[in-house]
Parts: sequence; C-alpha cells; structure tokens
Amino acid sequence: MEYKGWDQVEAGAVLPSFNDESCDIVNKKQEERNYADTNSYTASVADWRVFKPVFNKDVCIDCQNCWVFCPDTAIVSRDKAMLGIDYDHCKGCGICADVCPTNPKSLIMFFENDDNDTMLSQWPEKKKKEK
Amino acid sequence: MAREKEEGKVMAEKLKLQEVEVWDGNMAFAQAMRQAQIDVVAAYPITPSTPTVHGYAKFLSDGYIDGEFVLVESEHAAMSGCVGAAAAGGRVATATSSQGFALMIEVLYQASGMRLPIVLGLVNRALASPLNVNGDHSDMYLGRDAGWIMIDAFNAQEAYDLMLMGFKIGEDLSVRLPVIINQDGFITSHTAQNVKPLSDDTAYNFIGDYKEVNPMLDFAKPITYGAQTEEDWHFEFKARQHKALMDSSKVISDVFEEFKSLTNREYKRVESYLMDDAEVAIVALGSTVESAVQAAKDLRKNRGIKAGVVATRVIRPFPIKEVAEALKNVKAIATLDRSAPGGTMGMLFNEISAALYQSESRPVISNYIYGLGGRDMTQADIKEVYADIVKNAKAGKLVTPLQQFSGLRGPKLSFFN
Repeated sequence: MEYKGWDQVEAGAVLPSFNDESCDIVNKKQEERNYADTNSYTASVADWRVFKPVFNKDVCIDCQNCWVFCPDTAIVSRDKAMLGIDYDHCKGCGICADVCPTNPKSLIMFFENDDNDTMLSQWPEKKKKEK
Repeated sequence: MAREKEEGKVMAEKLKLQEVEVWDGNMAFAQAMRQAQIDVVAAYPITPSTPTVHGYAKFLSDGYIDGEFVLVESEHAAMSGCVGAAAAGGRVATATSSQGFALMIEVLYQASGMRLPIVLGLVNRALASPLNVNGDHSDMYLGRDAGWIMIDAFNAQEAYDLMLMGFKIGEDLSVRLPVIINQDGFITSHTAQNVKPLSDDTAYNFIGDYKEVNPMLDFAKPITYGAQTEEDWHFEFKARQHKALMDSSKVISDVFEEFKSLTNREYKRVESYLMDDAEVAIVALGSTVESAVQAAKDLRKNRGIKAGVVATRVIRPFPIKEVAEALKNVKAIATLDRSAPGGTMGMLFNEISAALYQSESRPVISNYIYGLGGRDMTQADIKEVYADIVKNAKAGKLVTPLQQFSGLRGPKLSFFN
C-alpha cells in the first residue's frame, strides 16, 4: 500500500472495506469482490505463523469440516470442493488438521519452513484399525 | 401537549419553557441535552453529575426525547457505548464526574482518535484518594491531553449555552471531534440560578440535524473503526487529529458569534473582565472566575487597585495567542489552579507562561493552588492573592513565592521562595 502523508490519510483512521458499494457482497465470492487496499483480505496477516497446514488433495473427501471450523476463513473452498489454504491469512492454529476425518489426514501441520512438495511426497500411509 | 405523529412515528413532546427558568447547572445540562434530541445517551450516574443523567432519563421516560438511554455497568462501558453509537452514525452524549471520568480515560482517547463528535458534560469533582465528592478541577485537568475540545462554563446559564454549542462545534464537518463541557461540581451544578433558555425549536435549529460521516450502519459501505496502526502509519493519523483540534478554534469562535447573534449572550475563547486598564490580573477557571470578578470590582472601588480577571473559556485547543494578547498590558499575574499539580507548577501557570513567552510582554507571574476537594475560595482569599501580585507589580519582579497554597490550614506552604 502507498504510504500517505498526514494530510492524505482518512480522518479517524476509518478504513473502507471495499472500493465500491457492496450491497450484494454476500452473493459474491471473495475473488469477485473489489477489496480496498485497507482491507485485511489484501494484506498478509500471517507473518507470525510457526506451523502451517499442508493440504493433500489425493486424500481429501471434500467434507468441508476444515472450512466450517477454520476461525479465520483461511480454507479456500468453492462449490464444496476444497481448493487449499490461504497462507496470507492462516495463522497456523491447527484446528483444520485436528478436525480432518480422513485416514490418513488430508491436512497435516508442518514447520513453516518445510517444503510442501517434499512433505506431500512423504505423506503417512493409512493407519490400520486396531482390533 | 399532545404528541405529534409524523409518518407513523411517535415524535418527542415539546416542553414550553419560561423566559427565565430557575435551574441548577445539572438541569441546565439536562435541558440542553433534551433540546439537542440526542440519539443515544449511555451513562453511569456519579455525583455530582447524577442529576444531569437523571434529568435526561426522566425527560426521555416522559416522552420528551425520541432516543435511546443505555444503562451500562461502568463509565468505561458508558464511553464505550457512546463510541459505538457515534460510530454507528448518531448524535451521542453522556455526563460524568471525577472517578467516573478517570475510568473513561482509555475510551476518551479512542473517541477522539476515531473523530467521533460525542459531547460529554463533565461536572468537575476532586479525584480520590482521599475520597471526595466536591468540586475541584482534578478531573478536568486529567482529560486535557485526550484530544477532546474542552470548554468551561462558569455558571448555570453558561452550562446550558455551552452544552448546546458543544454539539454544533464537535459535529461541524471540519471539526468532528468530541467535546467536553465543564462546570463546577455543586457550586454550579447544584446551585439554582436564573437561566434564560431558548425554545425547543430555536435550540434544535441552532444545533441543526446530525450530519453522518462514515456511519457504520451504512451497510453499502462497510468500514473499520479502531484500526491498528503501527510506526508506519500511527504518526500521520495522530498528526491529522491534532491539526483538526488546532483548527477547531475558528469554528468555536464562529459558533460563539452565531450564538451571540441569536441570544445576545457573548462568549469568547478567552474571557476578559475589567481588563481595559488592569495592572494586575488573576487567571482562573470555573465558578472562581465570578468570585474573582467580584473581588476585583471591590478592590477597584475601595482600594483603587486596577484589578482584572482573565479566564480561558476554551482549554483545548488552548488559545495561546489570545491569552497572551489579553494579558499583554498587566504587570503581574496570578494563575489559580484548582488541582494538585503532582510535582510541578499548576497547568494554568505553565500554559499561560508559555503563551506569554511567545509575546513581547513579560509580566511577573506566580501560581496559586487552591480549593482542592471543594474548599471555598473566599473573597478574603482572592484579595490576598491580589495583594501579593500588587507587590510583585510594584517591585517589577517576583517578591512572593512562585507557587503558594491558598486557603490551606497549617504553616504557610509555598515553593521556589
């Protein structure tokens, strides 16, 4: 975002969410919305993440559990198909991985610096049911 | 009087007021707030401002106000409720005193930072400890860096007038800042005096309809109030806020002028009494201003002392140039501070000295701490102060201590002798 001088900033630090009127916003998907620069959607607010969820598309059953439970709308899902993680907003809380019901899990927490492709190539096998 | 109905909405009933009413300062506040037709008052009553809130709530229950009165659990919540309602887009006010004001402090900074034109009736009272319910200016002084416009009423008439003007000033589109109207606890707030009110229609039309700026209830334009800004943005927002506060002087003067043309009652950001030929002057706030004028008149008549009084009607933004101008021809000044200064000189001493330092004149200036916890400032006390500064004026230098306590029992207490 462009830095503005004191005479240019909005009085009272009142920040608009969208660049246009947003009466129908509820019917628009995020990528269709005209977010303002001052909207947190357009900024990374995940700088302090230590662990990140990695998503394995091959195991996912699109149950939407992670989407429902994510406290920061960082699970990207369209038409009930899970697309992945919004790493600009995910804080790494791990709730999505915790509530994932598949076996093995489709979401697993790794260190922030771990490489996603490497982690996906080492994904755990299905656990056998204990008798 | 029957309620008027307009488009199915129950309108507030109007009160027919007499040309001269007998009101105390709290009733003056409550009546002005009623006439302003506030959308939301969130308040937590506290002595001595309780009757302001009580009076307002009764007007509302009796159908004279079409608005909301929110009962809250503390003054912190009261000011928080005001911030929420003002951000939502309504005319908002509350009243408090002393400890209640102290509890509001955090939210006072939020209100001014968000540029919300809330009006706060502050009935001045001492701050504990020891606990005290009477009038001094400790609470007034506590709020002076909070970014609010601060105006002081010296009697009930002024409390009424300034409360009306407070809405018009704060809500002005070039200002949009919260406003505190001060009056002295008990001496003003509980003393019945003659007050000449405006009619309900005249008062409301003077203030005008509330003008919304960035209302949160405009769902077509969602906005964030109270954003976080760190070292890369915070400074610019605070600078813009300070500029608005400094620039509000003109709007304050304009509103005072408009009020004068309506009522023939004149207000100035710096009030001067008997100052045309004054050689010595007291600078004070609150009801003490009137006491000092009385003493000055007496000294002029009976002792030939050219005594005058200056009062900073507007405390924020501080009228630096005007107060220096008002005091430029005197030889000696006593600044009277009704608040324990906590290890330095009183606020008025510091600010008046600073203002004079920017001008050519160098009158001898001294500081008096008086009236804490509601202690009377008697005519004899004020005349002693004048006697002191007459000595300073004659000597052309400070021959009294720089800071003295007036009206205090025990050995004379003074500093920088």
